[in-house]
Amino acid sequence: MGGMRDIGALLERFGEGKTAAAARLITILEEGGDGAERVMDTIFARTSGAYRIGFTGPPGAGKSTLVYRLAKLFRQKEHEIGIIAVDPTSPFSGGALLGDRIRMQKLSEDPKIFVRSLASRGSLGGISNCTDEVADLLDAFGKDLIIIETVGVGQSELEIAEKSHTVVVILVPESGDGIQAMKAGLMEIGDIFVMNKADHPDAVLAAREIENSLRLKDIPEGNWQPPVLLTSALEETGMEDVIREIENHRRWLEERDLFEEKRRLILRSRVRDAFMDKLERKLWHDSSITRILESRIGEVYDGRLSPYRMVEELERLVTVE
Amino acid sequence: MAKKIRVLVAKPGLDGHDRGAKVVANALRDAGMEVIYTGLHQTPEMIAEAAVQEDVDVVGLSILSGAHLTMFPRIIELLKKQEAEHIKVFGGGIIPAEDVEKLESMGVAKVFGPGTDTRDIIKYLKQEFE
Repeated sequence: MGGMRDIGALLERFGEGKTAAAARLITILEEGGDGAERVMDTIFARTSGAYRIGFTGPPGAGKSTLVYRLAKLFRQKEHEIGIIAVDPTSPFSGGALLGDRIRMQKLSEDPKIFVRSLASRGSLGGISNCTDEVADLLDAFGKDLIIIETVGVGQSELEIAEKSHTVVVILVPESGDGIQAMKAGLMEIGDIFVMNKADHPDAVLAAREIENSLRLKDIPEGNWQPPVLLTSALEETGMEDVIREIENHRRWLEERDLFEEKRRLILRSRVRDAFMDKLERKLWHDSSITRILESRIGEVYDGRLSPYRMVEELERLVTVE
Repeated sequence: MAKKIRVLVAKPGLDGHDRGAKVVANALRDAGMEVIYTGLHQTPEMIAEAAVQEDVDVVGLSILSGAHLTMFPRIIELLKKQEAEHIKVFGGGIIPAEDVEKLESMGVAKVFGPGTDTRDIIKYLKQEFE
């Protein structure tokens, strides 16, 4: 599987709108390498700027259930939806249990919704390394709304902000007090905050804590002021508010040409990441570099050579005009 | 990135016992596979659609209700309809010995009965799909 000739045939069937071909191409993107590059060369020109919404928040906050409810409502507005749900890969076994679909069962009945579960495969930012590429592919497949759901492990999960136009942070009354909310990270990337499980007796108080800490941030006038919304994904309340605020944020970005600016930033960081990845691989495969490394690492080990002097020597082998 | 075996573990129909499915899902994950579990009460249509979107190598069905002679062929047929006949189907549960041959003639790749050692399932999947 994954041979170059197969890719040609798959791309053709992808163009005809075949789900199986799209799914196969995503697997090739996940595997990376030449095959993935070949797919991207064709796919990228066919993207049409689908709107990307990121959903992040702690495990058990209700992300998948909320995404499920919102996807159903977005469908009523004639959107075609791609959902990328990321779950963690075990660093011990390399395996993963991808369970986000359990909360989205009924979406499998709607052919206009494409749900793909991705394992994080060693990436630490809460998403898979190929999230951008998979989003492009779903965009080229005709989805105009891409929803990305992160792993949900904590405050370091910030990569989603570089991948989406609107970031929705989902919290629950148990997420912690106002001091947690003032910590750096998650609280700084949200365009919309959702306090889910509004049926919980502490929900209103917890939402107020979030509002207070946002107010302390002193967001300059004219900037987007992140709203704090109360929802219950279980009881299906507050969903319309989330949709309305996502639409408000989108309009806000578009009216200020920030939409295009954001896209430029996203693409620039992608080129940089891909370039650095390739460069790194190239350098570690270079025999003159590995030779010096192997022959002199003993001196570093004995304390005769500092790691930084060794780096200097290696650096001399790399010339950039 | 090396090829990972992707497996969809699914419970079709009305039976509500998923202990077996969960035990298998956990064992496969610990063996380094990516396992998608879709929960209880799935229709054949939902299972086939999920299998296609997830581009799994194989679907594992757990059936304890006696509906295996209906469910297995229906899902295999739906996969074919979606041009995804490369996705194989295996299964387990309460399946009488005399039905195993019938299922295999319908295109089911393998049937594992009660008491199967999960290591045998892992060995089988690695042999077929790695």
